[in-house]
Amino acid sequence: MLTRRIIPCLDVKNGRVVKGTSFVQLKDAGDPVELADFYYKAGADELVFLDITATPEGRQTMAGVVERISEKVFMPLTVGGGLRTIQDIHKLLRAGADKVSLNTSAVMNPTLISEGADRFGSQCMVVAIDAKKNEGEKTWWQVYVSSGQKPVKLDAVEWATRAVELGAGEILLTSMDADGHCTGYDIELTRAISEAVNVPVIASGGAGSLEDLYEALAGGKADAVLAASIFHYGTYSVAQAKEFLAKRGVPVRLC
Amino acid sequence: MTMPISVVIVDYGAGNLRSVVNALRILDCTPVLSSSSEDISRADAVVLPGVGAAGAAMKELATKGLIDPIKIHVSSGKPLLGVCLGLQLLLTDTEEGGLAPCMGLLPGRVKMLTGSVKIPHMGWNQVKQVRPHRIFSGIPDNSNFYFVHSYYAEPTEVSVVSGTTDYGLTFCSVLTRGNLVATQFHPEKSGELGLKFYANFVEMASEPIQC
Repeated sequence: MLTRRIIPCLDVKNGRVVKGTSFVQLKDAGDPVELADFYYKAGADELVFLDITATPEGRQTMAGVVERISEKVFMPLTVGGGLRTIQDIHKLLRAGADKVSLNTSAVMNPTLISEGADRFGSQCMVVAIDAKKNEGEKTWWQVYVSSGQKPVKLDAVEWATRAVELGAGEILLTSMDADGHCTGYDIELTRAISEAVNVPVIASGGAGSLEDLYEALAGGKADAVLAASIFHYGTYSVAQAKEFLAKRGVPVRLC
Repeated sequence: MTMPISVVIVDYGAGNLRSVVNALRILDCTPVLSSSSEDISRADAVVLPGVGAAGAAMKELATKGLIDPIKIHVSSGKPLLGVCLGLQLLLTDTEEGGLAPCMGLLPGRVKMLTGSVKIPHMGWNQVKQVRPHRIFSGIPDNSNFYFVHSYYAEPTEVSVVSGTTDYGLTFCSVLTRGNLVATQFHPEKSGELGLKFYANFVEMASEPIQC
């Protein structure tokens, strides 16, 4: 049976992990290579790196970071942040990334999804969607781009469906309402998207407890859960998360 | 002193080949990423990795003149490891993008996954060892490996099916015929057990089964 994935997410700026972690056992908690290796050994199923560097020079650094990570970490790696062209995507895949995540560039230039899928395969094209709840007569979720700064006239469920039609092989869904609050994922949003598309959905934003992970997988029907704070600050280990989920009947890979 | 085993990883276009090279680099062998038919002819062992679409991959292999050297390598009894699309390309043909020919080293067809499951099949899933082979040495039955694919191989001969996985249906996830081995999953993305898989393959290259 296919297991549900637990995915720690690391924000990287100019080649350094930001929103630091509190692992006392690490020599340098800002080194993405050391952190990736830590999570690899801890039994994470996959890693997502979000490059929040603003400059082209910094982006070059990210490719180098991925190269060094792939020398010692033998698990799937997804890299996102600021990818605008086929060349940007190609560079990261050649460096050792398995998937790339497109957000703003996919909204602004949807053909990038189809061109990337044609050239490299749908399996490596992840479309990241940042969405915020709109409660009017009918509840819907609006898509935001530019790191959640800019609303666009897109319904998240419709956009996810369209992205998959264009060739996205996976949706990385972040609830902007829940993100950073550690009070649980937006289950309603997660379920709406999971039921609308036939590709895997990674739930992101809001994980504060192990129960939250369970809810996103069970209630939200997500295929994977992404979390940052609860793992980085050592609230829970990946192993604890998996043991908890296994006890609740969720299929997970126990190491 | 014996020469290190030379393993050629066939480079036929885009995708993450670096991880395959890195997985082999930490083992007792010399991995070479190459698209040269001479390199394949000289190799002790060959890895045919897999990324992207089958049609494009076959076209690249044909353009680079690599299909015959790969077939000769296999018929000489030297070890070959096909990974993911590299497994599918070994069969007769594929339904991906209409019916298209593959290399035809193993009779059978590549089909799209079906059932009430999400596609691609993406993530860690168990491999049931249905037939013993040295490639499984030290790897527990039903271990998890990392899969990313939308198509699966259906070999005509049941005798080549050594591992199976359930996803919507039960499909062949490990194929073996003597020193020809292929996996639908990515051992280079499957942690320590994946590395053990590569180690077993390199071991095969140093002492191939006499056919």
